[in-house]
Amino acid sequence: MSEQSTSQHIIACKDVNKWYGEYHALRDVNLNVKPQEVVVVIGPSGSGKSTFIRCINRLEEHQSGDIIVDGIPLTHDVRNIEQIRSETGMVFQQFNLFPHLTVLENITLAPIHVRKEKKTEAEENAMSLLNRVGIPEQALKYPGQLSGGQQQRVAIARSLAMKPKIMLFDEPTSALDPEMIKEVLDVMKELALSGMTMIVVTHEMGFAKEVADRVVFMEAGSVVEVGTPEHFFENAQHERTKLFLSQIL
Amino acid sequence: MAPAVQSSMRNALPPPSERSTVLGWLRKNLFDGWFNSALTVVALGLILALLRPLFNWTFNTARWEVIPANINLIMRGQYPPEQAIRLWVVLFLLAFVIGFAWAANTKTIRGELITLFAIPLLLMLVPFFDGGIRLNLLIIEAAGLVGYGIGRFVPEKRSNLGVWALLIYAVVMLVILRGGSGETGLWAGVPTNLWGGLLLSLLLAVFGIAISFPLGVLLALGRQSKLPAIRMVSVLYIEFIRGVPLISLLFMAQVMLQLFLPDGFPTIDRALRALAAVTLFSAAYTAENVRGGLQSIPKGQYEAADAMGLSTFQSMYFIILPQALRAVIPVLVGQFIGLFKDTSLVALVGLFDLLGIARTILGNPNWLGTHQEVYAFIGLLYWIFSYMMSYTSRRIEASLAVGTR
Repeated sequence: MSEQSTSQHIIACKDVNKWYGEYHALRDVNLNVKPQEVVVVIGPSGSGKSTFIRCINRLEEHQSGDIIVDGIPLTHDVRNIEQIRSETGMVFQQFNLFPHLTVLENITLAPIHVRKEKKTEAEENAMSLLNRVGIPEQALKYPGQLSGGQQQRVAIARSLAMKPKIMLFDEPTSALDPEMIKEVLDVMKELALSGMTMIVVTHEMGFAKEVADRVVFMEAGSVVEVGTPEHFFENAQHERTKLFLSQIL
Repeated sequence: MAPAVQSSMRNALPPPSERSTVLGWLRKNLFDGWFNSALTVVALGLILALLRPLFNWTFNTARWEVIPANINLIMRGQYPPEQAIRLWVVLFLLAFVIGFAWAANTKTIRGELITLFAIPLLLMLVPFFDGGIRLNLLIIEAAGLVGYGIGRFVPEKRSNLGVWALLIYAVVMLVILRGGSGETGLWAGVPTNLWGGLLLSLLLAVFGIAISFPLGVLLALGRQSKLPAIRMVSVLYIEFIRGVPLISLLFMAQVMLQLFLPDGFPTIDRALRALAAVTLFSAAYTAENVRGGLQSIPKGQYEAADAMGLSTFQSMYFIILPQALRAVIPVLVGQFIGLFKDTSLVALVGLFDLLGIARTILGNPNWLGTHQEVYAFIGLLYWIFSYMMSYTSRRIEASLAVGTR
């Protein structure tokens, strides 16, 4: 696979390094993602998976290497950062819904004030997204009145309302009760089938097997192994990958 | 032979609950055993012994006539009696604007609204008010009702009209109070050094709160700013102001300021200088309280706002500040109550607020020895307004409780 032709990659990361003080959090991470591809990132905790996807929309700053998102280089230029953020949606482990706003207001806030959509238009779009994630009847409730799974589905709808080209998922099911994980994964599967480009940090191996185009295994800030799910779960090359898989499967 | 009523039948039903009767309540709570009964008796005796002199003073000894005789001074200080009608007009407009803003904001009638409308009617019952005052109170009531009636026609989308009405009112009120430049007539100018009593205390408090609040929020944000210059100015300001007592700021403003200004610089109004000192002082405390609220917001809220592409300003305005301010309402109101009471310090630099007026009344030979009556009365006034603020704060908190995490 050619790592050079950035034109056909919607996300291109080259030799990305990040330090927290002395701690080397990301070591020469290289990863390219094609449009409509679903990439699942797995690895033990502290391996830098979250840090890596948070660098892609500049929630964390990388210190060396290049990150290019949809042709826009991620630099200190605020305009570039804002443009990249408007094209990438992010779903967090802790949902991070705004507790003082209703579900509908959570979803329409950014479309109205960042994309300058009309309120009626934004609300129509929000309702169709709530239909898509299966909870239109919750539109006028506050996040605190919903279950964890419902909140995460609202968070997904909120990100989609910005009509992003890329969706980043940072352990979207880790904070959920087991019986609610499925409803969130179902929404994510539907999203993947619809052709969304996705990078998903998760421990849900079932989801990785079923939905991922490629699986990335990270450890200690480095990408150890990249491959298709079949390759990965049946024929892993590295000892460390095998050990990790044997512990969680 | 077995008795007609067997003992087992007597126990069939439990006795009626003693809690439901006064006697039962007394027995359960106050006379529960000989020790508690003795305690109750001793405590009652103590309370009576302490309260009797107070009752005796209130109803027999106290010369309450000092209050009606000076009620105008207490309410408006040296504000000329010929122009007193302007104060009433200010109150009519206030009632109108409050009614209007309420109805524009919410169409439901709640208990607080009824309380609000009851105030002028209750004041009409004050025994020493004459017919003129009662008529004016009636006009206040009518103005409030008219304002409420008009406000009901404001469509829900325009509910911020109420806030605008209050802001416009603040300016109109000051213009009416100050008047024109003439010496006589209904529109004669009334310099602020004649404003006094409750009027001055409330004006200092209301404008002090209204101006120091946005200033304090800006300072709190400045203290968190990524720009070192802004952060340093904010920190220096806050720490300097918090390091000196309010009274020293008031003296600075009244005595020193004029010495520092160049010759021929127009004298700044004394009341305005006092207001500036109170406001700048309060802003520093507001800033620290708001900062506490900002720190209580989880990092994830900032990140979610960032990830959605909101600008720093948008994220503050829509996401962070609404939550941070809601979290600190109780502290802020506590601080504002403190500010209201602290305005009494302006009496020490020669202004005639409630406390200053009280001191001039006590300086009048006719009213020698009425300290207790006068101070008790202005204390009551301070308490009424402070309690209203704390009551309002609790209502606001309750109405915002929806949707808290």
